[in-house]
Amino acid sequence: MRTVKLIDTTLRDGSHAMNYQYTPEHVYNICKALDEAGVYAVDVGHGAGVGGSVLQYGLSKHSDEELLSAAAEALKNAKLCVLLVPGLGTMEDLKVAYKHGARMVRVAVHCTEVDVGAQHIRLGKELGMEVAAFHMMTHMTTPEALAEQAEMAASYGADIIYIADSSGAMLPYDIEARVRAVQRAVPHLPIGVHCHNNLGLGIANPLAAVDAGAEFVDGALEGWGAGCGNTSTQNIAAVLEKAGITTGADWYKLAEAGQKYVRPLINRPLEVTNEALVLGMTGIYSSFYQRVLAASEKSGVPARAIFEELGKRKVVGGQEDVILDVVLELQEKAKQQ
Amino acid sequence: MGKRIKVGIIGPGNIGTDLMYKVMRSPLLEMSVMIGIDPSSAGLKRAAGLGITTSSDGIEFLVQNPDMAEIVFDATTARAHAQVNAPTLERLGKIAIDLTPAAVGKIATPMVNMKDCLNEKNVNLITCGGQATTPIVYAINRVVPLEYAEVVTTVASDSAGPGTRANIDEYTQTTAKALRLLGGAERAKVMTIFNPAKPQMAMRNTIFGIPKHRDFKIEDVRASVEEMAAQIRTYVPGYELTVAPVIDRDVITTTVTVEGQGDFLPKYAGNLDIETASAVKMAEMFAEKLLRERGELA
Repeated sequence: MRTVKLIDTTLRDGSHAMNYQYTPEHVYNICKALDEAGVYAVDVGHGAGVGGSVLQYGLSKHSDEELLSAAAEALKNAKLCVLLVPGLGTMEDLKVAYKHGARMVRVAVHCTEVDVGAQHIRLGKELGMEVAAFHMMTHMTTPEALAEQAEMAASYGADIIYIADSSGAMLPYDIEARVRAVQRAVPHLPIGVHCHNNLGLGIANPLAAVDAGAEFVDGALEGWGAGCGNTSTQNIAAVLEKAGITTGADWYKLAEAGQKYVRPLINRPLEVTNEALVLGMTGIYSSFYQRVLAASEKSGVPARAIFEELGKRKVVGGQEDVILDVVLELQEKAKQQ
Repeated sequence: MGKRIKVGIIGPGNIGTDLMYKVMRSPLLEMSVMIGIDPSSAGLKRAAGLGITTSSDGIEFLVQNPDMAEIVFDATTARAHAQVNAPTLERLGKIAIDLTPAAVGKIATPMVNMKDCLNEKNVNLITCGGQATTPIVYAINRVVPLEYAEVVTTVASDSAGPGTRANIDEYTQTTAKALRLLGGAERAKVMTIFNPAKPQMAMRNTIFGIPKHRDFKIEDVRASVEEMAAQIRTYVPGYELTVAPVIDRDVITTTVTVEGQGDFLPKYAGNLDIETASAVKMAEMFAEKLLRERGELA
């Protein structure tokens, strides 16, 4: 029987949706429930990873150290995982995370820029951590170019190649093509996928990826997360069980954990809203979602116009500062007409 | 034409070649020698084709021909600068302008602290992000002290060389240090993004500042920053304030885009242009002082 490992990112990707306000108490309770439900690893921290508390995104209410310590205390079997975005998080931040119990790191790079993460991947290995090269926004590159990046990541020592659909912009056969291309390039490394639900494909996409051979799948309880959310952990756990694939997790315990600890935190609709469709169609990084909606409300510029202009400018993850320019420019244009 | 100061460049790569074209335009500098270590280097050939003396003997050329340059740009690597070039140039009594991340000498930027560095023998260019953003932090900080400064720099992937990519943490830390030491912010953080979009985007920098108090007018901050930008434009013509300082919930936000002059490097590579243009500006400031001391300033 095939097995797939689940990594829950409620406490990291969900941090974007929480405006970075998770408390050590949230972290402890959710980690304990996820651990008991049997996920492989739990991803914890600011949405932008270790060292990610910056004005560009929003400041964390609690430090990496506080949140990771609470997680480490709660986890008995599941691995404590962190994200590190080179250019923002540093090797020093990774050492601090390790000291506070992190044993897995995902070095997150834009899909064409993995060489920026070489030193962080190597450090993760030196520390004895399980290291994934986490390629973001993979809809912006071809399967062949992604496969080349995977080969580079492998040469730095990565244990896992992650393919992220950070905009929730891909269709099942897009992600399948990327999984197959990466598999051909680095057949010795397992592949993971991280998907967003902006086009309503948050379950279909990882399922297609698993069919193509992916061995790690990300989810978040209740589908919480940036944009209109991630793959729902309890949902994908149930679907994989039905497909005869072992995850080691109890989908019903996950559902209960989501109901008890995450549902009360959710302060906005998680269905596929019209704005989420625009996000997926324009291929914008999911953490832009709430920022654009807020900027739209404040300025009166329609969210769709902002997203479309951002799409034209081909912004990548982390470029939230462009929202202000776009809004000022669109306001100026509106005045002239 | 007035007297000029002889300049040498070590490292005939893209940066060294772009520097060469800028030096050739300067009224205060004479493009005297281009030095490399590989006789077949395209950069050395290009320089020779322009009638400039070239050598593939490395720094040894200057040891043998010390009169060929008073000011020397080092566009090689941090290791070569720290281990070989810096100590040799010091022994020869040359002024070294270091474009590598070695930071052997004082870190400097023309419009903030260069005037205080004119007695130094070795100055370092910080980083491209540091050249673009330290002056803005400084300009804000002279109106209202900043408790925190944050810089988000986005550059075209094609303009980021393998050295920067392989050492992104050092780049980040050096830039943050300059925001504190030269800019004056109490704490600083730097974020760097590489964007592979085609056509390539110009360098973009967003500077966030958290002021220590609210007893200031944003108009004064704006005036200070606009004055600084105008001064930088005298040597980096493509330096534009895309978002003049605005304040929202106690955070001052400013955005600067930098387009290059396209001397040798492509125009979108404003990040590299601001390095070479700042280095030449610093050389001119040294040259002006030397010529003045000698009573040779036309």
